[in-house]
Amino acid sequence: MLALRSLRNRRTTALLTISAIAISVALLLGVQKMRTAARDGFANTVSGVDLIVGARSGQLNLLLYSVFRVGDATANVSWASYQKIANHPDVAWTIPISLGDSHRGFRVMGTNNDYFEHYRFAGDRSIRFASGQRFADLYDAVIGADVARQLGYKQGDKVVISHGLGNVSFAHHEDKPFRITGILERTGTPIDRTVHVSLEAITAIHLDWDSGMQAQGAGRISAEEARAQDLTPESITAFMVGMRTKVMTFTMQRAINEYRLEPLLAIIPGVALTQLWNLVGIADTALMIVAAFVVLAGLLGMLTAILTSLNERRREMAILRSVGAQPRHVFSMLVAEAGLLASAGVLTGVALCYGLLYAAKPVLENRFGIFLDPGGLTGYDVGLLVSIVFAALLMGAVPAWRAYRNTLSDGLTIRV
Amino acid sequence: MDDTRAPAIEVQDLQYAWPGKPVLLQIKHFRIARGERVFLRGPSGSGKSTLLGLIGGVLTAQRGHVRLLGTDLAGLGAGTRDRFRGDHLGFIFQMFNLLPYLDVLDNVALPTRFSRARRQRIEGGDVRAEARRLLTELGLADPALLASPVNELSIGQQQRVAAARALLGSPEILIADEPTSALDHDSREDFLQLVMAECAKRGTTLLFVSHDTSLGALFDRVISLDELQRSDAEAA
Repeated sequence: MLALRSLRNRRTTALLTISAIAISVALLLGVQKMRTAARDGFANTVSGVDLIVGARSGQLNLLLYSVFRVGDATANVSWASYQKIANHPDVAWTIPISLGDSHRGFRVMGTNNDYFEHYRFAGDRSIRFASGQRFADLYDAVIGADVARQLGYKQGDKVVISHGLGNVSFAHHEDKPFRITGILERTGTPIDRTVHVSLEAITAIHLDWDSGMQAQGAGRISAEEARAQDLTPESITAFMVGMRTKVMTFTMQRAINEYRLEPLLAIIPGVALTQLWNLVGIADTALMIVAAFVVLAGLLGMLTAILTSLNERRREMAILRSVGAQPRHVFSMLVAEAGLLASAGVLTGVALCYGLLYAAKPVLENRFGIFLDPGGLTGYDVGLLVSIVFAALLMGAVPAWRAYRNTLSDGLTIRV
Repeated sequence: MDDTRAPAIEVQDLQYAWPGKPVLLQIKHFRIARGERVFLRGPSGSGKSTLLGLIGGVLTAQRGHVRLLGTDLAGLGAGTRDRFRGDHLGFIFQMFNLLPYLDVLDNVALPTRFSRARRQRIEGGDVRAEARRLLTELGLADPALLASPVNELSIGQQQRVAAARALLGSPEILIADEPTSALDHDSREDFLQLVMAECAKRGTTLLFVSHDTSLGALFDRVISLDELQRSDAEAA
């Protein structure tokens, strides 16, 4: 193939052009893969939960504080309402959530052992323990993988929970320290950054607190005295619901939203996640647009390289004409050249992207909890890559047209 | 379309002007018989290249006819003219005849990529063997030479490779446009002898264009472009 041999003769320029296209394609594909991974990671944060119920606020707000540990609840759900829904015949299980405290910047979540039993993420993955076990004693804590790594905690370490949120809290529940009984495996979800304790423990540490202040002197209740008290909470922040039959989900959602005794809100996590993603997704669309422009720059580089080569190749064209090449041969040769450059660039780019993704995979998983499965090329990816080559062929028509015009005017005259 | 009795090249009442320029070429009548070897003399700028463009079918005259082997080029479409050129004409230019990215044999074989007729005219159908045979006849048998990149050949060697290419597949007409002017005096005559011997063997019509009249004696006939333009310099 003449176009290929001609390109090989100009291999330095050709290789540079291919590299430019390859890097831009790798970037585009990388962004696309990360985008998919981020979206999946997002959608994978919670699964298997049919409804999330909290005090009536916004759907996103409830999702953010109950699942992503971002923001605060405006109000609580009374224990009575929780019990009423939890005992409904259509409800299979519930996971209560009580938020509001923290430990050195990590959120503390009060819950019960049903959480470890029923919570699912990333499809059907359940929470697994890297070491230790669930709550057994009142003052047991189970920590996420990030908490353990960043703070260097081991099983058996004592931790003190701080009142309220924020990195630097001055009010600590120092009199009721917790023992770490379990460390969870990495999930790539906010679970990794959570300190889990039992609901009763949350009640216990707040027994002698009122309006954000601990009682002084005789009002104090010690850790051991607290064990004797009724530790049933008056209210919880939110709870997750698993239905016996999925078809009842909507009925239950409506029933909760129309609950008369207390203003409650029930959301379907998948719907809320999609809504949240639509909001967050703008950023990654912007990233995608940037990557697309980089690809365009790569293709323009190719166009420049071919156009500048044309003048020194007029001799080549005249020779080809003299042996019977038609102007359309010259035209298609140049379009083929653009196609070859772009195809080589795209293939190299794909290889580069996959190479980098596989190299980065362990680091991303261990250090950032991002589960990035490079996977194969999806139909969308292939469409994207094919359209790059197609765009290159279209762009190749520009130098091809100029060469066509040149060959017509030069004829057999060899210009050097 | 291949009338064997028709002259190889016949030009009649030809007039050509580049767009927006005065008339450059005006030839009443001019013919070259088959197998004839003609030296066309003309100083640079006299319209030689334009005439070759018209004969080669890359330019079309505003008036008059160019007939090759009995076929009127004006009657053909652009694509057909290109194919006609590929099938029936071989060209040797002053210099830089070769594509730098092809090796010697591929350069010689180049016309067969575009012309099926020239491929079919090769006996046995082995293009590379025929190319090697032609190169040997033109004094380029050394295998090391055939393996080296074309731009490492001397100009004389390059011109012989170009001649082999122009002759491959036996086109009826060979047009040489100042093929010797980049060569030194001694190799000029050698080169010309080789080319003429090949043309004689195949009965190829040779139109040799040059400003250097010293070679004219080797040809059947010498025509001056100036004379062609002035009158109906019909001969033969």
